[in-house]
Parts: sequence; C-alpha cells; structure tokens
Amino acid sequence: MLARLLLGVLMMAGAAASFAADLPTLPKAKGEACIEASATMRRDHPDMLRHQRDDTLRQGIRGAKASLKECVACHAAETTEGRAIPVNDPGQFCQSCHAYAAVKPDCFECHATTPKPVKEASR
Amino acid sequence: MNALSRRQVILTSGAILMVAPAQARSPGQPASARQRWGLLIDTAKCAPDCNVCVESCKAEMGLSGHDRPLTDAQYLRKINVKDPATGASHSLPVMCQHCAKPACVDVCPTGASFKRADGIVLVDRHICIGCRYCMMACPYKARSFAHEEQTDQQPHLPRGKGTVEGCTLCVHRVDQGLEPACVESCKAKAKGAMLFGDLNDPESDIAKRVAREATTRIRADLGLEPGVRYQGI
Amino acid sequence: MSTPTAFTQIRAYSRGWLALMGGLGAVIAAALAAVVYMEHQGHWVTGMTNQVVWGIPHVFAVFLIVAASGALNIASIGSVFGREEYQPLGRLSALLAIALLAGGLAVLVLDLGRPDRLFVAMTHFNFKSIFAWNVVLYSGFFAMVAIYLWTMVDWRARRFYKSAALGAFVWRLILTTGTGCIFGFLAAREAYGAAVMAPLFIAMSFAYGLAVFILVLAIGCKMTGRGLGDETLTRLVRLLGLFVAANLYFVALHHITQLYFAGRGGVEAFVLTGGGLITFAFWGGQVGLGGLMPLIIAFAGCGHAPRRRAMMASMLVIIGGLAQLYVLIIGGQTWPLDLFPGMEASSSFADGRLHAYAPTLPEVILGLGGIAIALAISVVGMTALRILPASLGVTSAPCCHHK
Ligand code: HEC
Ligand code: HEC
Ligand code: HEC
Repeated sequence: MLARLLLGVLMMAGAAASFAADLPTLPKAKGEACIEASATMRRDHPDMLRHQRDDTLRQGIRGAKASLKECVACHAAETTEGRAIPVNDPGQFCQSCHAYAAVKPDCFECHATTPKPVKEASR
Repeated sequence: MNALSRRQVILTSGAILMVAPAQARSPGQPASARQRWGLLIDTAKCAPDCNVCVESCKAEMGLSGHDRPLTDAQYLRKINVKDPATGASHSLPVMCQHCAKPACVDVCPTGASFKRADGIVLVDRHICIGCRYCMMACPYKARSFAHEEQTDQQPHLPRGKGTVEGCTLCVHRVDQGLEPACVESCKAKAKGAMLFGDLNDPESDIAKRVAREATTRIRADLGLEPGVRYQGI
Repeated sequence: MSTPTAFTQIRAYSRGWLALMGGLGAVIAAALAAVVYMEHQGHWVTGMTNQVVWGIPHVFAVFLIVAASGALNIASIGSVFGREEYQPLGRLSALLAIALLAGGLAVLVLDLGRPDRLFVAMTHFNFKSIFAWNVVLYSGFFAMVAIYLWTMVDWRARRFYKSAALGAFVWRLILTTGTGCIFGFLAAREAYGAAVMAPLFIAMSFAYGLAVFILVLAIGCKMTGRGLGDETLTRLVRLLGLFVAANLYFVALHHITQLYFAGRGGVEAFVLTGGGLITFAFWGGQVGLGGLMPLIIAFAGCGHAPRRRAMMASMLVIIGGLAQLYVLIIGGQTWPLDLFPGMEASSSFADGRLHAYAPTLPEVILGLGGIAIALAISVVGMTALRILPASLGVTSAPCCHHK
C-alpha cells in the first residue's frame, strides 16, 4: 500500500518535472521500446511479472512478453568495456527506482542480474 | 483471477521468439498432457569413471557450488552399484525421476512442488518456503536445498538461498525443442547412454524401445511411476 | 460438590518474576540472534545437510508441539471425563497447551529456508499434504483451546464449557495423529513405520505434556507460595507412569513390527545395536532415563516426597522425550535411503552410507529459544489471567529439598 502511494507520488513528480533533482535517473535500455508504454510499465510491471512467472513456470508458456529474463536482457547496462552491469546494482535500472520507492523485491537473489552470467562479479 | 483476461491478451499476442524444431510445441502454448517426457538410460554404455553428464549438468545449471560436498547442490549424480553376491558392478546417473505420482508433490505444504502437464516435476521457487519436507519424502534423494547464497546463476535457471531445487529435466531446453544437457553431452562426448523423448508418442524412439526392450525403474516397488527408466540394473 | 476453587493471578514484577522473565527474554533474544545468523549465512552453518535435512530445531519443535497437545490432557480428564479432582488444574493445562504449541511452531517457522514467506504458507494450501493439514490443525488448536480456556476463566461462558472441552479434546487427538503422520507417510524412509506412528505420537504426547505440566505446576506453586498437596502430586505422578508405560508399549510395537517387516532389519539393527550415538540415545536416553526410571519412580517409589518424585520423573520424561525424538528424526535420516535394495551403492552425493549429523550452537539455541518462548507465554498468561488455584492443598514438609 505504502509502495503504491509512493509510486503515485513518484509518477506525479515525474509528470511535473521529469528531471527533478531527487528522481532516479534510469540508465538507457537496449531496444526501441519497452514491451508496453512506459507509463503502463511503471504501474503494472509487478503484476505483469507475477503473472508471467506463473504462466511460464507452471504451464510452460515460453517466449511471452513479460519475461524477467528479457527485462534483464534489455535493461542491464554495460560498462565502457562492454561488460554487463547487474540490474540490481546501485544506480542501475531496477534498483534505482526501487530504492526510491522503498520496495525490495527478492527476485535477484535467484534470477541472474545480467544477460550472461557474470564470471567475475563486479561486486 | 480477475486480471486473467488482460494477461491472456498479452500472452496470446506474445511474440513468438524462438524457431522451434518440429518436436516442440510452439512457445506460446502451455505444456500439455499429450506428452510425457522421459529418459531411458542404458547402464551398459555408462562407464564408471565417466562424469560427462554430471559436468554438463553443472555447467548448464550454473551449479558453481562452494566446495562443500554435504551442502552443495547436485541435480545429477553418478551412482556406482555393486552386487555383493556376485561382485558385478555398474554405474548409472541418477537425477529427479520425474514420477507420475511424485511423493514430493503430495507432501509439499504450499504446492511449490508440482508436476507440469507434460510430466516434468519442478519446484516453484517463488512459493517454496524451504521446509524440506519434499527432501524427506523423495526416495531418490533427488533434491538439494540451497544452503547458502548463490552467485553466477544462469539466466535460464534462477536459484537462491533457502529454497529447494533439483533436476528440471532441463525444462528451459525442452521447451525450445532441445534435449536435456546431460543427454546431449553423453551423446556427443561419451557413449550415448541416455535417450530422451516423449513416452506418450508411439513413434518416438524412446517409446519404441520401452515397448520392445526390458527396462526397469529405480524402486518401482514404491509405485511412484518414475519417468526415468534404466536398462541393465 | 466440593467448594469452588479460587484462582488468582501471579504477581508481576516481583523479584522472582523479573528474574525469570529476564532469563527467558535473554534466551529468546539469543535464539533470535541465532536465527538472524543462520538465515543470513544460510543453512550451511548448521549441522543440517542435503542428507540430514531436519535437525535439532525439529527435535525441539516436534517435542513442543507434541507436548502441547498432551498438556491439554489434564483439562480433558477434568471436563470430558468428569474427574472433579482434576478440574482446578484445567486452566493451567489449557494455557500450557497454547504456550507450548506457540513455542514449537516458532522454532519450526524460524528454521524454514524462507521464514519471510510465512505468508505464502498461510495462503497457498496443497490439500494433499499432511503438512498443510497440520497448519490447519495447529491454527484450529489455538482457537479451540483459547475458547476452552475462556469458558473456564469467564463464568458467563460457562455454558459452553462442556462442548468446548469435548471439541478441544477431539481436536487434540486429530492434531497429534497429524503430527505422527508427517513421519508415517514417508514411505521411503525405512525408520518410520506407517500405521504405528499416529498412536505412538499420541502416547508420546500424553507423557511429554504431563511431564511439562507437572514441572510448571510444581515450580509455579513453589515460586508463588501456593500450597500443593501430596495427594495431587501422587495422583499426577502415577498418571505420568501410566503414560510412560503406554509410550514404551508403542515403541516396542513399532520396533517389533519393523523387525518383522522384510528389508527393515538393517535400520533396526542400526538403531538398536550399531548406531553409536543414536543407539546410546535410544537405550540410555529414551528407554532408560525417559522410560524405565520414571516408571520406577512412579510405581515402585523411591522414598522421596511426592513433590520430589514428581519433579524427578517429569524431568526424566522430558530428557527421554528429547532423546526419543532425536532417535526418530535424526536417526531416521542418518540411515541412508536405499535406492538399490540388496546392492552396495556409492556416489559423490553420499549414497549408500550412513550420514553424519553434528548440531551447531545456533540451531541448539534456536531449539532452546522455543522452550523459552513457551515458558514466557505461560508466565505472561498466569500473570494476566487467573490460571493457578490459590491453593491445592497443604504442601508437605520438604524432606530432602533443602540440604
Ligand atoms: C526490448 C527491450 C525491452 C524489454 C524486453 C523490456 N524493456 Fe523496459 N524499457 C525498454 C526501453 C527502450 C524503455 C524506455 C522507453 C522510453 O523511454 O520510452 C523501457 C522502459 C521501461 C520502464 C519505464 C522507465 C521509465 O522511464 O520510467 C519500465 C518500468 C520498464 N521498462 C520495465 C521493464 C520490465 C519490468 C521489463 C520485463 C517485464 C521490461 N521493461 C522489458 C526496453 C525493454
Ligand atoms: C528462490 C528463487 C527465486 C526467486 C526469489 C524468484 N524467482 Fe522467479 N524463477 C525462479 C525459477 C527457478 C524460475 C524457473 C525458470 C525457468 O524454468 O525458466 C523462475 C522463473 C520466473 C519467471 C519466468 C521465467 C522468466 O524469466 O520470465 C518469471 C517472470 C519470474 N521468475 C519472476 C520472478 C519475480 C518477479 C521475482 C521477484 C518478486 C522472482 N521471480 C523471484 C526462481 C526464483
Ligand atoms: C519507474 C520505476 C521502476 C522501475 C524502473 C522498476 N520498478 Fe519495479 N517497482 C517500482 C515500484 C514503485 C514498485 C512498487 C509497486 C507496488 O508495490 O505496487 C515496484 C515493484 C516491483 C516488484 C514487486 C515487488 C513486491 O515486493 O511486490 C517487482 C517484482 C519489480 N518491481 C520488478 C522490477 C524489475 C525486475 C525491474 C527492472 C527490469 C523494475 N521493477 C524496474 C518501480 C520501478
């Protein structure tokens, strides 16, 4: 509930001034566009992921849109040498927003944080 | 339940990303009970000192381990079996037997252990609470508990501390129409002791051989009807 | 009818009360620290492995849960079976049942790989799972016993007393059956017999529950200066002897049926003769300390005053009970699963050999924390509600209590 409230605040703030000082700046994603409009993504991505999770794991539906693996594939930034940075590292795509909204999804305890496994983790 | 309709739309419109070989269903389709995936393992072709399948499993699943043999995960292991009466011995790989009536699924309090429609037994680690009752119940010791934090996960195989895991029959590969990693590596680098296929498809190699040749299942007496069959034990 | 018993609260913030609560609080704090450590590091810092997946925390947890249903017996004897002399003890009996169950469940939950997902366990039910049914049974037990306690404490609810008592009694039998079935349903684990586990667990619960009850009653009365007559204590210790005998009977039955069962000879030989610590815990702890000694104390007498006898016997039953569950839970897993009956197996995953288990300090502290939680809840309950009778007769002169 609190998180939803925060999200609302976040979105209003975002609409008012998209580069207000304390808003997280998100690293650029790969690809042309997200799987849905950004506004939809901001609001609905937890639900989308949860549904996708059950559909993929329990029913075996693969290759659908809201795959966590695919989020990471597009949203993991790269260092200048071309090495992938974990999406949950401080300042990175998923983490910066969640730190701002004070949510702590546990997904990346298990899910890989880069498209390819990091051999020497940068942390 | 109420959100289903919208999701359904997303799903059905979901991009078909992978070009699937003939054997696999198309990626957007759910697994179906028309299929029953299984393995047939010929122990005559399995050398005691060969560990190819185990190594490929570790690499495929990202089981880096912590050098602690008692608590590190092993999805697939080689067991050496010896008959004390005759001295005859042989070696065989043992993994989750993907039972038709899995004990782990029966005992799991939350339903995290489940059997997919096509017979693959999995742990839904999103609702696994780490009680380990499935490990108590499994006669094959097929499951491991993630005893510590994991790193270097493969993108297709998330795994993390505090939940139970085990062989997935490489479900991520099977869904793409590929064979499990162990089967593939055994074929490529060893003697091809493992055969993977659809037991429900009478035209498949595995179904034909199972219909023709003598095969056994480990602890068939328990009546769990494993999907993994062996020859020569 | 005898004169109605007067019940009084125990006085809070007395010196003894503070010392006791302080001590229990310290143990609970240590247990929570141990949990944080274990959860942060992961279970590899415990003695538990992929072979022995349930360890010392489960020994304590199952002990407390089993004792919880047993602790209710005294109340049931008074109400369901109409024995008036037990009725003054009913309130304590019900309070202890709730407290012990809470302590046991706390340990069980805090040992989960993901205790943070407790909510998941409450919202996802697999109704084929006896474990899930136990979640229902435990929650129901709390509710039933709480109502029962209420009908005893509040005279306005008195008319529901009989039905609440009966309900709680039936529920507790089902609950212990369910706990036994957790082990009984594990077909591949050779140490567990299928059918005998349920009655065995009921017998165990009778003995453990009464032992804890006697100890709490005796110590509680002593600390708060309440009289506790020899008559009551003698009655209780004899009852304890009866329950201990029942436990021994089902243990014998379990092992004899196991021995008759083809293929179970190996595990039986292991537990009964060749299992090292397990065998020692069985004969020395479970049968000797927890079985024969209390029987002798209860029936042959030992020249001591009834209070002393009751306390000694109860203590022994508790020690023996922990040993019994150690043998059952740890011993049952030490014996390897037999994938290839009649063959010798070996692998990198410890197939075909006995598994070692050595508990580490944090898990032991977690187990003790469960006991502390149970006791703390009992003390708080006795402080807040009128649980203890003002007097249960005249305490006899302590013969050998003070040196
Ligand atoms: C094909 C690559 C791709 C995939 C797959 C993808 N995204 Fe995106 N995502 C993008 C791009 C590009 C943008 C920026 C769009 C823009 O700025 O208009 C974006 C934007 C977003 C935003 C809005 C950020 C903001 O500006 O506030 C969120 C939230 C988001 N993505 C989450 C996700 C999640 C969650 C997933 C997985 C379910 C996912 N994305 C999958 C490419 C992708
Ligand atoms: C305890 C480990 C664990 C945690 C924590 C976890 N997952 Fe998963 N997740 C898995 C496993 C295992 C799979 C199965 C992968 C497969 O079969 O492809 C999976 C699959 C998925 C899938 C489908 C596959 C994909 O990449 O699209 C989604 C979506 C998903 N998880 C979302 C989540 C989200 C969202 C969270 C956090 C709220 C989360 N998971 C937390 C283990 C975990
Ligand atoms: C635009 C900001 C933003 C970005 C970018 C973002 N999130 Fe979120 N996320 C949120 C907010 C806000 C919430 C809380 C929403 C709520 O609880 O309703 C949230 C919640 C979640 C949850 C549910 C957490 C829970 O505890 O229920 C998951 C899972 C999640 N995000 C995954 C991701 C992933 C994966 C990414 C990166 C691909 C990502 N998010 C990127 C803002 C963002």
